[in-house]
Amino acid sequence: MNYNETQIKAVKEFLYKIADDQLIIGHRNSEWTGLGPLVEEDIAFSSIAQDKIGQAQHIYEILHSLGEADADTIAFTRNAAAFKSCHLVELPIGEYDFSLMRNFLFNHAEQIRFDMLANSGLEPLAKLAKKYRGEVKYHTMHANTWVRQLGKANEESHARMQTALNDTFNLALGIFEESEFADILKDLNIFPGEKVLQYKWIEAITPLLEQSMLVLPESSAWQPVYGGRKGFHTEYLEPMLEEMGEVFRLDPKAEW
Amino acid sequence: MYGNAQIDSKDKAKSLTDGEDPIKLAEFEARITRGEKIEPKDWMPAAYRKQLIRMIEQHAHSEIIGALPEGTWITRAPGFRRKLALMAKVQDEVGHAQLLYSAAETLGKTREDMINDLINGKSKYSNVFNYPAMTWADTAIIAWLIDAGAIINQVTNSKGSYGPYCRALERICSEESFHLKYGHDNVVFLATGTAQQREMVQDALNRWWIPIMHFHGPPDKVSQHTEVLMKWKVKMATNDDMRYRFLDEYVPKIWDLGLTIPDPNLKKNETTGVWEYTEPDWEEFKRVINGDGPCNKERLQVRRWAEEKGAWVRRALLKAESKYTIPLA
Repeated sequence: MNYNETQIKAVKEFLYKIADDQLIIGHRNSEWTGLGPLVEEDIAFSSIAQDKIGQAQHIYEILHSLGEADADTIAFTRNAAAFKSCHLVELPIGEYDFSLMRNFLFNHAEQIRFDMLANSGLEPLAKLAKKYRGEVKYHTMHANTWVRQLGKANEESHARMQTALNDTFNLALGIFEESEFADILKDLNIFPGEKVLQYKWIEAITPLLEQSMLVLPESSAWQPVYGGRKGFHTEYLEPMLEEMGEVFRLDPKAEW
Repeated sequence: MYGNAQIDSKDKAKSLTDGEDPIKLAEFEARITRGEKIEPKDWMPAAYRKQLIRMIEQHAHSEIIGALPEGTWITRAPGFRRKLALMAKVQDEVGHAQLLYSAAETLGKTREDMINDLINGKSKYSNVFNYPAMTWADTAIIAWLIDAGAIINQVTNSKGSYGPYCRALERICSEESFHLKYGHDNVVFLATGTAQQREMVQDALNRWWIPIMHFHGPPDKVSQHTEVLMKWKVKMATNDDMRYRFLDEYVPKIWDLGLTIPDPNLKKNETTGVWEYTEPDWEEFKRVINGDGPCNKERLQVRRWAEEKGAWVRRALLKAESKYTIPLA
């Protein structure tokens, strides 16, 4: 990769954003272990979480090859301001309806992102994206199945899922907060841009929500929750990171 | 991960075969003697069914409750390698619960009834999970030594007579053997690490030694009851047998790592080849199993919370026309 300094900066920011989202949502989903509504869902959420965290680790390893710290140091010692995750992934797990809808919205965005990245000019990322597409396919399949079932099953589950959609949608729009480096990434043929991704995402989720008898908020009410990509986070991220690094930070030089 | 089945001393010994058709009973026992497996639709004595339901159900509950003390450390595991491994391990334990609830269902009790009995305190689960995992090192000790104890028990029970339980146990044991490797690796890193790490793991071993010694249950009273259950291959070894096997295999490994076991009387008698140790406090064991342990309330509260919070999801899966079917064994 013969990128200049600004281009490297753009690439790094892009990689951090993707990996941080995956680490944080993976961590959150792992919190369902032992608490799911059915043991089958504990298991499913854990599998999805393991995939996401493993994917984050590999992307951090690309960052390491670009001169950043090693994956463990990146994940377990940074404070919140250094994270580029969106607010959607940071919120506590709440109830199952919230966590499921969050997964549905996030996984579809991720699926499309990896489809786009499979042809990226950033070769190590393209290689990973090709592999991850196969994993995320099952994450979206899981979310689709449950959203369809719960959206239509009975009045209570429908109301819960509609409320969860209303509560998460603007947060999910925050996934697509554009980077100041967007044009560089586009010119380098690394990524065509968040707006393109958002457009494709709306196209993908609209029919699925319709099949689930759920209604997307009117576009006039769309108010994307931005800030995460710039290091401004919810109050939930810092305590989560403190917990995540609690043992590692006892002695970062120790081998655990 | 699970210790040996506790036999209910309140069951009258002779009631195990009372009222059973002697010809059917003789055929049943002959099949077991020949090493055949009993399958869900086969004839079986009522006491056999009752004991197996209790045993498999307790085992399933132990897996799901056992996910809690380790599960709370998933969010704190140091580094990707440990975090991913612990997630997979605890996920396996929940998977074991799923397998075991299905195996128990083949005997005629629904998963819902079993879970209700768990959260109402009617059914028990392994006593060790009523103790807290105080530090990261506790999770290492649990994954190594509690899972080691469980493997000894489960490998033994997988040679039992009830087909669905044996098949579930075979799958469980192959996964548990990875947990054991994970736990051992984790303990090795701590025991050979910094002074702080060594202290953490020694403290954890000190805390867990009594629960480990309790793990396989109190010495069995020799009774006609025990003999029948052993003949039926429901109970495959005495609690002390399993404890000896555990000590024989793991005490030298613990010592190899330079760790101290907090029992000055622990040694293998060179003449008899038998392990000698200080009997752990069995009154404490009884107290904890009957609800008065450090974490009993918390564990059941968490389980109740999960059941209540998830009730709407399960309701949404019910269809008016659907009928209950017993899972395939």
